[in-house]
Amino acid sequence: MKRVAALVAALALIGVTTWLVWPSAPEVRGQDQRITVVDGPADDQRVELDTTFFPPPDGGKAPAVLIAHGFGGSKQSVRQQAIRVAQDGYAVLTWSARGFGRSTGEIALNSPDYEVKDVKQLIDWLAKRPEVRLDAANDPRVGIVGGSYGGAIALMTAAHDQRVDAIVPQITWSDLADALFPNAATQTPTATTAQSNGTTGQSTEGGTGTTAQGAGSAAGTGQGPESGVFKRMWAGIFFGQGVSLDSFALGQRQAAAAPLTPEQARCGRFLPAICDIYQKVAKDGRATPEAVALLRKSSPITVADRIKAPTLLLQGQRDSLFPLSHADANAKAIAADGTPVSLAWFDGGHDGGNGEADWLFEQSSAWFARYLKGDGSAQTAPPVSAFTVTRDGGRDPGTRQRIRLHPEAASYPGLAGTDTTTVELTGPEQNIVNPPGGAPASISTVPGIGGLLGGQNTGGVSIDMPGQSAAFESRPLTAPLQLTGSTTVKIKVTGKGEATLFAKLYDVADSMQPPTLPAGLVAPIRVTIPEGAGSVEATVTLPAVDHRFAVGHRLRLVVATTDMGFATPVEPATYQVSLASPTLSVPTVRTLAAPPTGVAWWVWAMPLTAVVIAAVLLATGRTSTLALSGARTRRRTVASGVEGDGRQSVPAAAGNGQTHGIPAFTPNGDAAGLNAPSPNGEAHDVPASTVSDGKSSDDESVDAVNGHASDVPGGAASGDGESSDESSAVTPSSGEESRDAAVRNGHLVANGVIREPGNPEVAAQAASGEPVPLEIRGLTKAYRNGELAVDGLSFRVEQGQVLGLLGPNGAGKTTTMRMMMGLIRPDDGEILIFGDRVTPGAPVLSRLGSFVEGPGFLPHLSGRDNIELYWAATGRPAADAHFDEALEIAGLGKALERAVRTYSQGMRQRLAIAQAMLGLPDLLVLDEPTNGLDPPQIREMREVLKRYARDGRTVIVSSHMLAEVEQTCSHVVVMHRGRLVSTGPVSQLLTSASASAAASTGNGHGPRLEDVFLDLIGDKS
Amino acid sequence: MTAATGYVPRRTLPLRVEIIRQFKRRRTMVMFGLLLALPWILVIAFQFGPQGSGQTQTALRISDLATESGLNFAAFALSVSASFLLVVAVALFCGDTVASEANWSSLRYLLAAPIPRDRLLRQKLIVALGYSAAAVICLPLMALLAGTLAFGWNDIQVPGTGETIPALDVLPRFGIVIGYALVSQLVVAALAFLISTLTDSPLGAVGGAVGLWIVCNILQAVEALGVLREFLPTFWNNAWLDALAPELDWSGMAKGASVSITYAALLIAVAFRRFRRKDVVS
Repeated sequence: MKRVAALVAALALIGVTTWLVWPSAPEVRGQDQRITVVDGPADDQRVELDTTFFPPPDGGKAPAVLIAHGFGGSKQSVRQQAIRVAQDGYAVLTWSARGFGRSTGEIALNSPDYEVKDVKQLIDWLAKRPEVRLDAANDPRVGIVGGSYGGAIALMTAAHDQRVDAIVPQITWSDLADALFPNAATQTPTATTAQSNGTTGQSTEGGTGTTAQGAGSAAGTGQGPESGVFKRMWAGIFFGQGVSLDSFALGQRQAAAAPLTPEQARCGRFLPAICDIYQKVAKDGRATPEAVALLRKSSPITVADRIKAPTLLLQGQRDSLFPLSHADANAKAIAADGTPVSLAWFDGGHDGGNGEADWLFEQSSAWFARYLKGDGSAQTAPPVSAFTVTRDGGRDPGTRQRIRLHPEAASYPGLAGTDTTTVELTGPEQNIVNPPGGAPASISTVPGIGGLLGGQNTGGVSIDMPGQSAAFESRPLTAPLQLTGSTTVKIKVTGKGEATLFAKLYDVADSMQPPTLPAGLVAPIRVTIPEGAGSVEATVTLPAVDHRFAVGHRLRLVVATTDMGFATPVEPATYQVSLASPTLSVPTVRTLAAPPTGVAWWVWAMPLTAVVIAAVLLATGRTSTLALSGARTRRRTVASGVEGDGRQSVPAAAGNGQTHGIPAFTPNGDAAGLNAPSPNGEAHDVPASTVSDGKSSDDESVDAVNGHASDVPGGAASGDGESSDESSAVTPSSGEESRDAAVRNGHLVANGVIREPGNPEVAAQAASGEPVPLEIRGLTKAYRNGELAVDGLSFRVEQGQVLGLLGPNGAGKTTTMRMMMGLIRPDDGEILIFGDRVTPGAPVLSRLGSFVEGPGFLPHLSGRDNIELYWAATGRPAADAHFDEALEIAGLGKALERAVRTYSQGMRQRLAIAQAMLGLPDLLVLDEPTNGLDPPQIREMREVLKRYARDGRTVIVSSHMLAEVEQTCSHVVVMHRGRLVSTGPVSQLLTSASASAAASTGNGHGPRLEDVFLDLIGDKS
Repeated sequence: MTAATGYVPRRTLPLRVEIIRQFKRRRTMVMFGLLLALPWILVIAFQFGPQGSGQTQTALRISDLATESGLNFAAFALSVSASFLLVVAVALFCGDTVASEANWSSLRYLLAAPIPRDRLLRQKLIVALGYSAAAVICLPLMALLAGTLAFGWNDIQVPGTGETIPALDVLPRFGIVIGYALVSQLVVAALAFLISTLTDSPLGAVGGAVGLWIVCNILQAVEALGVLREFLPTFWNNAWLDALAPELDWSGMAKGASVSITYAALLIAVAFRRFRRKDVVS
């Protein structure tokens, strides 16, 4: 336990140290400064830009990254990102664009005359910084990253300034005019209703060709913005943010300032020209040519072919402001000239979604690492796959949260996908009305709060107003359909004049669940029905999405007259909508596959390592701490094995105690037992043994022993052998010296064998060829708290003896017995049973029958089952068990068939003793065997034990019932506090005691063992 | 002659003996009874429970599909029991095996018989794992039987996407499911077994294993742990659902098996090592 605690503490210490020492991300300090730039069409406007420069944290020269903020933000909104990028080893410059934050100037919507010129001058400024790596004079190694408004400036600057080396524009536009005035319909030029099937391909081409502005269809949504449907709510939010910037961003500073002038209230910090145009288009809901021209000026699409910097486009799938088609247009335009472009559709955008901030950061940092730092520039493939799509990966098995997968494709297939699946739609021609005033309007996405309303995966709230929408539905899918790109469908609209409609593609699960509108996106269409024709056909390009239609789901095309996010005509009107062609062309991308992860290395490595560690654990566990003492034992065994001459190390008899002082009950060389077939065939009535305290463990004590022995008549080698250091603890006090001596004396006389110290002696076992049943040497065992339960215990039991192990509670009797059974490892010393050292599970234990500390049975089994299964568990032949004899001892009768849990304490006790006697073991160890037995049973048990020993076996009985021991045992070992106090034949102990007892107590009675015992353990004195 | 005649260490505690010793226990009977009765209880619950709106929904939760076919029902029964009931069953068989012997004091007599300690653990582990496997296998098999009798032998409908797979095609998959369930329970088994060798209280061993299991379940809900959670033993517990997907995906199950085997190997090794050196004082 202590070791475990120490281990835990050590691990904790290591952990804490690692935590403290582990290199934390380098600290980055921003330097605020105002940089004055000059811009305007005539380069005559001075603007102060509020910037923060983050030098690379590790000093030296590093590539620079410009981080642009989104619309309505300032340099503060990208501060955390800037610190993170700088920690990645870049010099980072953030700035508040003109008209935002504390920068001066007015918002010009990323115009090449204004914002672009500003950023070029920021790059000039960077080129002068000593921290920034230069490609050439006044040409720093620089990348630009930014989202939305900041993404557009990245694109615009890269187009206008070739010094830019890499850009990562996110959720941004390619054509601002198209973003605000989209039209997803390509009207078939011949306004006839016939021949619809054959003309599909032509009409698409024709539609592209007719776009007047050329770049107008680049965003992939059909006809030009002049006929587009005004994205009313987004535009309002967009411009509103610019207007309200003062009060938001600079509120504290200007709180006490004068109220806004009418002009300020009207236009905020917008350039007045932009403000005027916005007000006009917002009122009419129609794009004027001037407006389109102005917005186009701020659109990367017009200049994208000039971008030479490798571009990573990150576009959100949930973005009704700048949908995926904008990234598509940018990607195509930039890649046209061979510039490396990668495109990712992530789960996010202006309408919410997860945002995947960490993933985006990883992608952009990989992009910059390649194109700014030059890591891995030898490779031809871009660091980010050409096309990556974030998809729902089901639920995390642990948290049940949604997880995202990122399948990739090596080339970008465009919105038409690599393949097309056609899905049949059915539905009659349906009448739909445009309500007067355009209200109530259908809802697809509510700009600005879509992310709050929408779930992670659904399109949020989608409501179609009754009477305003026509629906065409497919049959339930028989196979899953993964739509990636823009679905196209051809519809026919009958009515008069101009029709403003909204097409959307629902995923319909069943009648119980509301249909979901993937990403909440809707395709606004405006078609003009030619005079007299009465109807028009148009190919509708539905919004680009990545969506999986599950098996059993239906696709539903809905064409509605209203949508909350757009400006719709206020005049009431009625149209008939039908399918011009019953097929829906669904693009799929075959090449999109999850990144080839393969099997993670640890899947194989970890179990293998674990198995190796397990093997090591098991292999090392085998060589225990006892290895050392084992080696010692071996040496001793070898010594003792040399019969006849080398036995000085194990004095079997007479306790000469000269080398290690193992005390022993030594039959005098031949009388091993009582009636047992003794080795030499003789029988002795008098149990002969030597009582030897034998505590000496030093060679020094030899002299003392010898000296002492000479005092003892007839005892040339009396085994006093008390070593000086232990004598006080073990031997009786000096007053009892005479009695002590008498004991030995008497013994030695009775023994009648004189052995010369050091002489080779013939031990009992030598004569019989059988080692002594039990020999204990220097046995020591400490409790956990360090107190010694058994302390240097040594004694020895000869064959045929019934040995009583006496001692008060806590003397260490049971602990000793447990060690005999191999249940507890001694801390020191050893136990030999029939010459074999006891270790856990040592085979010699099969010759030991034991009953220690109460019975142990399976309570649910009958007594007989218990006994039989126990024997079966030993694996020995059933014939060897002698069940009948054992069960006779138990004397349970019919109770044997009952479950043990019904037994009384005495019955269990008897059964346990019977179990111990199974197989008639040569050495029987019983711990308090008479506990719980009634007097007749006790008497019977006594006879059983005596009889058992008489058959040549050996019995060790521990007890504190002294009368019992007196009647049962031939020999006793008295223990106290873990130490040996006295050993010897019972009769000897009593005799010797009688002399001193007569002297001390004078009561004339023969002493009882009780008195001797109390004497020995020192309670009486 | 060091050992008694007829004593051979590798013949001690034969598996047959240990199986009998354990089988006659009440807790074994009760646990198997419960596992075998559970499918029928579920069948009854589905039969007599409110029938919903009467129409067959295509909502594709596994519980809604349970009555579609015997196979679906078996998958459902496994999914509801794998997270807890089977964990308790496995923890019971493996956690109780040594600790209960210690509790009854019979452990010391077995060890003094003597059964070598490694062998005692090995035999007990084999038997405990055998009982655990029987528990894990018998539940889905009985559920298959009960479900087939109650709901017929139809093709399986996949939860989530609702695709159908022919019943005969899915039978081998079902074998994979059961196999994976077995492997994923190996951690519980090893953990319970380790605790069993350390304590004298059978309930402590079972409770300890189940408790640690619960802690792991809670930890894996902490998303802040990120990828570390993949190495929690409970994380891949439901990966067998992949075996019922139209396209068999091994990756989750491979990871789950890897984590499970890793923990199990280490825990069992520690159990053997500790027990080998342990002072048996019970």
